[in-house]
Amino acid sequence: MNTIIDRLFANTTKIVALSILLIVAWIFATLLQHSMESIQALGFNFITESKWAPNLEKFGALPAIYGSVVSTFLAMILAVPLAIGVAIFLSELAPEKLKAPVGVSIELLAAIPSVIYGMWGLFYFVPIIRDVFGGIGISMLTAGIVLSIMILPFMAAVTRDAMNTTPDILKESAYALGGTKWDVIKDIVIPYAKAGIIGSFILALGRAIGETMAVTFVMGNVHKISMDLTAPATSIPVTLANEFTEADSGLYYSSLFELSLLLLVISFTIISIAKFYFLRRKRVA
Amino acid sequence: MTHTQKRIIVNNIVMVLSTLSAVIGIGFLLWILSVLVINGVDALSWSIFTEEGAPPGYEDSGLKHALIGQLMIVGVATFVGVPLGILAGTYLSEYGQKSKLAETIRDVSDIMMSAPSIVIGAFVYAIVVVPMGHFSGWAGSIALTIIMLPIILRTTDDMLQLVPSTLREAAFALGAPKYKVITQVVYRGAKAGILTGILLGVARVAGETAPLLFTSFNDNFLNTDMNEPMASLTVTMYNYATSPYEDWQKLGWAAAFILSMFILSLNILGRLFIMKKKGK
Repeated sequence: MNTIIDRLFANTTKIVALSILLIVAWIFATLLQHSMESIQALGFNFITESKWAPNLEKFGALPAIYGSVVSTFLAMILAVPLAIGVAIFLSELAPEKLKAPVGVSIELLAAIPSVIYGMWGLFYFVPIIRDVFGGIGISMLTAGIVLSIMILPFMAAVTRDAMNTTPDILKESAYALGGTKWDVIKDIVIPYAKAGIIGSFILALGRAIGETMAVTFVMGNVHKISMDLTAPATSIPVTLANEFTEADSGLYYSSLFELSLLLLVISFTIISIAKFYFLRRKRVA
Repeated sequence: MTHTQKRIIVNNIVMVLSTLSAVIGIGFLLWILSVLVINGVDALSWSIFTEEGAPPGYEDSGLKHALIGQLMIVGVATFVGVPLGILAGTYLSEYGQKSKLAETIRDVSDIMMSAPSIVIGAFVYAIVVVPMGHFSGWAGSIALTIIMLPIILRTTDDMLQLVPSTLREAAFALGAPKYKVITQVVYRGAKAGILTGILLGVARVAGETAPLLFTSFNDNFLNTDMNEPMASLTVTMYNYATSPYEDWQKLGWAAAFILSMFILSLNILGRLFIMKKKGK
């Protein structure tokens, strides 16, 4: 009797565990299947064409791809130096009494849903951009900034964790040689934690590129490539969020599915690079 | 200027810059938090919990429909996602261990945890909403279950691995079959950790908006039929906040406040469980 239950239990857990792989494969297959119409009809023009006009059955994803790349790039430029600053502050600089409370609040802020960052952006940040840079305030620039603030807590927390892995004895040796704090950070902590720090940036990049709600509020969903950062724009997730329930033709649907597939492939690739290349769990040799 | 003086000056400049960026970063986050609290508390009232949605300008409007919808959608996702996640995590830690299959499942779940949630929404739309012909609460729950699964799986895996193998060996030595060792010894040893994983998993999916936009969709009135489109706090918040009506925007802030407080308390509770465990 016990052996039967034993085998049953083992197999049940195995089947459920395997179902994760199955679901992921299923997601790729479904998205691909639903994209087929658009892939066959538009081919490579889908990603090189810049005109997106559903009423004319024209679907060019270039503005959305451009918007995703530029807004994520802006977010990274703004968030990386801030995250490094916060991480240095938390791991090396802050008095012991401040480290825990500030660190925990940063981690808690990383748990606040992105829709709230978007809402704050719409009501409080859009007017500032409008007053300072002109335009209507709903723009690529606003999206980049809101996105950078949204990923900052996650990035800072992971970077700090990476920095904290530096053994104290290494740092103490450097201090004993007369190094200043900055000497220790740049010559000991950063070289030691390099892989972890870069990995956490790339991981944050992977999250930022697929982020929907923080940017949907402030980007405007305008399918136009504009060099003017204060002009409204769109990105892949913003297009999906705004148009998925409005699609009325087969090709329209299919091209939205192709956008989803594109987004999934891009973020899978970025996250895999971060995980496998930089954040590989250290195997015990 | 000597070399030492130069190094000290550079050091001071960097320290100031780093503290400054910490202040800027934390300042922004405090700003968001205070906006949330001020607007949220201002918009709170009893009618929020007792009234359903109403057309703009109508005085007795509230979020009862969204609160109940949210609880049902997240509740069903938790009910399905937690046991499945724990079972899968059990396989990884107790059976698969360091095998190639187990490592692959770990890697894929790690990636899934950071994958764009809106894509999960598109997938569920294709496999549930299209065949059914309409949006539904079930579809929303399925999307959230898929998002929750890898989180529960990985924390269960990690937490079970923390249970000392001597405990397992002692139970085996008494002649217990493996499933009994796992359910009666290993699970007990990892109880606090698994509970924390569940709380964090629920907190994570409770804030998801994108995968619900085209699965559970929205409904401005109370609906408890999971087979129909259903309101959730997050989608309601999005629709109200982007509407031009001030009273709807106010309701949006109330929803944002309630949701954030719920998620923050789950996170804090989870931390307390882990801390209590460590304190022992």
